[in-house]
Amino acid sequence: MTAPFFFWFFAAIVVFGAVGVVAMRQPVHSALFLLLSFFGVAALFITLNAEFLAAVQVLVYAGGIMVLFLFTIMLVNIRRTAGQPYVHRQAGAALLVAFFLLAVVGGTIVASSRTSGLADAPADPAKLSTTTISRMMTETVDGKTVKTPVTEQVAGNSQAVAWGLYRDYLLPFEVASVFLLVAMIGAVVLGKRTMEHVD
Amino acid sequence: MNPSMASYLPILYFAIMAAIIPVAGLAAMSLLRPSKPTPTKLAPYECGVASPTEAFDHRFSVRYYLIAVLFVVFDVETIFLFPWAVMYHRLKLFGLVEMLVFLAILVVGYVYAWRRGALSWA
Amino acid sequence: MPFPAGDTLLILPELFLTAAASFVLLWATFVSRPRERGLAFFSIGALAATGLLLFVSARMAGTLPRSAFGGMFAMDRFGLYFKGILLLVGIVTILFSLRFISVSPYPGGEYYGLILFSTVGMLFMASGTHLASIVVALELMALSQYVLAGYFKRETKSLEASAKYFVLGAFSSGVLIYGISLVYGAAGTLSLAGIATAFTTAKPPAFLVIGIIFVGCGMFFKIASAPFHVWAPDVYEGAPTPISAFFAVGPKLAAYAIFARIFFVGFGPRAGDWSAIIAASAALTMVVGNVGALMQTNVKRLLGYSSIGHAGYALLGLLAYGDASGIGLWSILVYLLAYAFMNLGAFGLVILLESKGYAGESVDDFNGLAAKNPWLAAAMLVFLLSLAGIPPTAGFVGKYFLFSAAMKAGWFWLSLLAVLMSAVSLFYYFRIARAMYLVEGEGTLHWREEPAVSAAIALCAAGTLAMGILPGPFVQFARTCLLPFGP
Repeated sequence: MTAPFFFWFFAAIVVFGAVGVVAMRQPVHSALFLLLSFFGVAALFITLNAEFLAAVQVLVYAGGIMVLFLFTIMLVNIRRTAGQPYVHRQAGAALLVAFFLLAVVGGTIVASSRTSGLADAPADPAKLSTTTISRMMTETVDGKTVKTPVTEQVAGNSQAVAWGLYRDYLLPFEVASVFLLVAMIGAVVLGKRTMEHVD
Repeated sequence: MNPSMASYLPILYFAIMAAIIPVAGLAAMSLLRPSKPTPTKLAPYECGVASPTEAFDHRFSVRYYLIAVLFVVFDVETIFLFPWAVMYHRLKLFGLVEMLVFLAILVVGYVYAWRRGALSWA
Repeated sequence: MPFPAGDTLLILPELFLTAAASFVLLWATFVSRPRERGLAFFSIGALAATGLLLFVSARMAGTLPRSAFGGMFAMDRFGLYFKGILLLVGIVTILFSLRFISVSPYPGGEYYGLILFSTVGMLFMASGTHLASIVVALELMALSQYVLAGYFKRETKSLEASAKYFVLGAFSSGVLIYGISLVYGAAGTLSLAGIATAFTTAKPPAFLVIGIIFVGCGMFFKIASAPFHVWAPDVYEGAPTPISAFFAVGPKLAAYAIFARIFFVGFGPRAGDWSAIIAASAALTMVVGNVGALMQTNVKRLLGYSSIGHAGYALLGLLAYGDASGIGLWSILVYLLAYAFMNLGAFGLVILLESKGYAGESVDDFNGLAAKNPWLAAAMLVFLLSLAGIPPTAGFVGKYFLFSAAMKAGWFWLSLLAVLMSAVSLFYYFRIARAMYLVEGEGTLHWREEPAVSAAIALCAAGTLAMGILPGPFVQFARTCLLPFGP
């Protein structure tokens, strides 16, 4: 099995990148480590056959969100952070809480997926890379319109995502567009210095 | 390993090569070159132009940020178009109508941003 | 077509409101000097028309409850009850904002548009029966509110409120969605009915409990209950006052709608896992909210802490999930209606009392109000009595049923604590009453003659008194709006 090797390889990259983000003094370096982490996550999605999510990870996160991060870094005055102490006063307590949370949540998830057999059940990659479409086919037989149910297999992860997103998840999808509209309004309302009219 | 993952192996090889070549180049150079640094040699250099000696430290205009946020919103919108396009012929009229509704709502945002002058620099 | 065409009819009110919100937004940018009052009255008209459409589409839907869009959306009396109140909250908020926005240097189009978009999100929340549609609707509501909190962007306090609300809200959404992912891992579906079936038929893995706790934490943040309440007083203080009124009522009601639906319908079979957590948060919330309010001199902060306390009382209803009479749920419904009336009314008075260009935020600003304007003082007294839970007001009725629901469910010590904390709340509510009636004003008292705000306050006072004097019809109505649930 090569899959576990790729999982550990890319998981190591993700964790290495994440540690780099918090360990670097220069915010730009942190951002570059974050980029590495994003690419690692994208690779992990590919090993899980979630190719569409991998594309989203690269396009939106590594492409869009990263631009926002870099702009933010350029907007703030970096010089002022230069003399600040490297480790925050609460770092010890924060580390303790974080490890406690990791132990409880991680421990429970690992232990209970072992006992319930979820860990042993292999994920079915075919489920993500093909989708079964059942629909009514309309034909004209002997001058009459006949409707027959047909089932077909469509290959591809993006196709499977589309079939779920645009049919079962129609309502959240349309509400999401209103959400994006509000995001745009918010950006203009809060980010624009003056509100004027274009005539 | 399943076949669809195997199709990504060239990308992996490419990434590994892309990582090796610059590292190997730098390592080889540090072994071969003589090391005689002078202040002039160590100064930042960019295409023959004398570079500023101080690090770039003034802030960018906040206007860039507004453009960047709008870019991310449209970026996310594009992501939604992609799976729709690959299944367009199976989603049929239903898919077309729902995507038109989705885009109509975003056109409201586009017109709004334009009328408020968010797309002009002034 | 994956769905019957009739499904679209069920979301007609939401579709209409989205269109109206977009129209308000664009109208303001195309007219060179838009009349702010026109925008406001159009928005009020749109909210009222949405209410009418709600009625029409419920009638045309036939027998309720009806599920639509493959189990994403339900039209049922529980959702309709919340939607009715939420539309009323929207109308009152706009009445409060009329002058507030027109004298401010900020444009009205985006402001009213965002209130309407936020209301669209809340309406979808009230009807969401699938965790995906619930989360998207929740985020639509929340994002509009982050912007509204920072709408007065040249005032540092407003921006600070927005930043705090946004950062903490985004973090809590992350926790909520992480919890949902664990629930999905355990149940294999996101539909609430499907989750309930999955957990009654099979023994779920232990990490489900962690998922439920995380979903609970997300909910606790949205209703501002301890220990996730810290944002509330800061946000209420910093946001423009009409928006504080909106925040204190609208999002809380919508969050309670999804809280009850997720925990009763989806996690109902696992009630043993979550009742102790809710009880702990309820106890902590009642103490933190009421004790915290004791030390406040700013009325907006004081109302913020008091609303934390009220979130704690309402949690008691969730604990009575097991009672076959459904008292747990309908006592929450009755209480939230009372809460909407009395809280909006109290904030309305803060808006009316203006001093030095700002709303009358200090308790001292109420000094001598009774002598100058007995009607306003009397209205405030009604709201304060109701908030403290003294008959004959709506607050008493709401608390009475909530506390008896907790008693019936066997939570004696919690009911006792709730009564004790209500007594504590008398102290700080009485401080405002004392300022109005017993302290001499120093001639600094100002209030604006403003028909829109006065009308909204009168409406709230009438509602508070009507529910207090004649609780019967309200309770009867709430009892018909229950969720189909059962442990």
